[in-house]
Amino acid sequence: MSIKVLLDKCTGCTLCVKACPFGAIKMEELPAEAGLPAGQAGKRPKKKAVIDLDACTLCKACIPSCKFDAIEITIEKTEAKDLSKYRGVWVFAEQREGKVQSVAYELLTEGKKLARDLKTELSAVLCGDEKIEDEVESLFHYGAEKVYLATHPELKHYRTAPYARTVAEIITKYKPEIFLLGATTLGRDLAARLAIRVGAGLTADCTGLAIDPEKKILMQTRPAFGGNIMATIQTPNHRPQMATVRPKVFKKIKNEKPIDKTKIIRFSPVIGVEDLIVKLLDIVQDDTVKVNLAEAEIIVSGGRGLGEAGNFKLIEELAQVLGGAVGASRAVVDAGWISAHHQVGQTGKTVAPKLYIACGIAGKIQHLVGMQGSDTIIAINKDPDAPIFKVATYGIVGDLFEFVPLLTNKIKELRS
Amino acid sequence: MDIIVCIKQVPDTTEVKINPETNTLVREGVPSIVNPFDENAVESALQLKEKYGGKVTVITMGPPQAAEALRTTIAMGADEVYLVSDRAFAGSDTWATSYTLSQAIKKIGRFDLILCGKQAIDGDTAQVGPGIAEWLDIPQVTFAVKIDAEESKLKVERLLEEVNEVVECPLPAVVTVVKQINSPRLPSLKGMMRAKKAEIKNLSAQDIGADLENTGLKGSPTSVVKIFTPPPKGGGEILAGEAAEIIVKLTDKLKERKII
Repeated sequence: MSIKVLLDKCTGCTLCVKACPFGAIKMEELPAEAGLPAGQAGKRPKKKAVIDLDACTLCKACIPSCKFDAIEITIEKTEAKDLSKYRGVWVFAEQREGKVQSVAYELLTEGKKLARDLKTELSAVLCGDEKIEDEVESLFHYGAEKVYLATHPELKHYRTAPYARTVAEIITKYKPEIFLLGATTLGRDLAARLAIRVGAGLTADCTGLAIDPEKKILMQTRPAFGGNIMATIQTPNHRPQMATVRPKVFKKIKNEKPIDKTKIIRFSPVIGVEDLIVKLLDIVQDDTVKVNLAEAEIIVSGGRGLGEAGNFKLIEELAQVLGGAVGASRAVVDAGWISAHHQVGQTGKTVAPKLYIACGIAGKIQHLVGMQGSDTIIAINKDPDAPIFKVATYGIVGDLFEFVPLLTNKIKELRS
Repeated sequence: MDIIVCIKQVPDTTEVKINPETNTLVREGVPSIVNPFDENAVESALQLKEKYGGKVTVITMGPPQAAEALRTTIAMGADEVYLVSDRAFAGSDTWATSYTLSQAIKKIGRFDLILCGKQAIDGDTAQVGPGIAEWLDIPQVTFAVKIDAEESKLKVERLLEEVNEVVECPLPAVVTVVKQINSPRLPSLKGMMRAKKAEIKNLSAQDIGADLENTGLKGSPTSVVKIFTPPPKGGGEILAGEAAEIIVKLTDKLKERKII
């Protein structure tokens, strides 16, 4: 496995230098005859790209940046495995408190398209105690053609070990080619463990999915480097191709297709004591969370401009009339004005609602990376130079204590 | 309590900028830092050591220059550090990385607890911590916002979307921590002196008995096929006028966009 610059093709254009996220490519003057066929030495550019192998992580960012195919990575190929036994697109139907979460329906709706492109079947995997069977019907309504249903008293609440054991066994037995989970705390906890156990490739927190029309494999697109770049990732030689997908990226579409009970595949996992050594002691409710940030279509966020904790009620009121969730910048969470469940940004949650209203938030990059994917952004801030205005669809330069109540009242008026 | 903390050296992504003309990543002048979540993990380890005794060992997998990140953790108070570095590890995805780190941990030997940050800010995958737990066949507790130890087990509070969950977990285990768990200490002057002189032990692929089928590009099921910069978000429209007028303009726009 190695990377090199083909000196006869390199024109010294420096595009790869800029593309390298690790600063591993430098332009260096090379001896006149280096890598060139005789007779061409006079025509060569002065400097060529040289890769510092100690700094290079073989991330391949430079490869597409080169317009001259002058960078080559060679990997010793291992013998291709027989992947044809793996068929079908699966969605993990995450449930909490006995209710399937919205992200599962979003993934079923999107998974349907992937299954159609692959001319294969769409299935859901649902785990829970025996009461969870009530939720099966809605999985069919959102497009599942088959449901793998695993019931056991120990699957009522999510815990890593019994869930990983159950889902790994179903995967090993029925062999899906694609397995999608929500990029929630639960989905990411489970997927990471499963991928190692079943030898799958796993891509985290995807925002785009498509099928490569030639290779018939999944193209997974996701943000990296704090949202500064997007990467498309594939899993060519391992199955299933696993991905966690950010909630609210895809729309859920329901149809009233009648359910076919013969398409429920029941599975009784054997869960041993060794799977139960981590014990759930308590769930601490947070009464300030009325709407889950990650699932919200509208988010109203408050920052330092609010001045003090008590003023968060202005944000809460606007969120309430809009039916949205309350968000916050890191500064005000650190100051103890509101709980960490509300924090948006790099160290909090990444959100992409239809509407994001930032009130009194300056918009440090750490906050922006957590919300700039929102469809429409409104910023209200006194400082006209606040970075938040750079990402805002609509900006209001003014006092939030004036504009937020005005907006709340106007929306109340429109609603009534 | 003997603790191994796994850290990653990352480019400070908050300093990464896009060149608007070429639409490429500007790397010049972007500092390399210890992944911020991993600093919280080091801080947690140091606090647990202060309470229960034991030893804090920090490891990282990366190129030779990642030694700098290890020195930062020595300056914070880590007892021992290892740089897991070999050309055979280049190009690792999370599958290969968690394998390699788990092999290094087996080589180092004694541990009660492994701590990681919840994710790294360059890749944001949150997959390596649980991956290490799976390779070592021990339990994992992710997104920890509070850790209390009692004899041979931990009581951990996890920060989830809407609620917090309190779990009890026997040791050994892997725990990943969120930012809110603590404020990492600044390096002390004495620590910085120590860090300067400290020996950074290197573990190669051979040292950790790594199966080269599982490391680097070869051991990585996923592969990046394309990298592109998202279209830049130009600044939007600033609504001007009297306050009441602005609000009408705004709600009209929201109606147009079918949001309200």
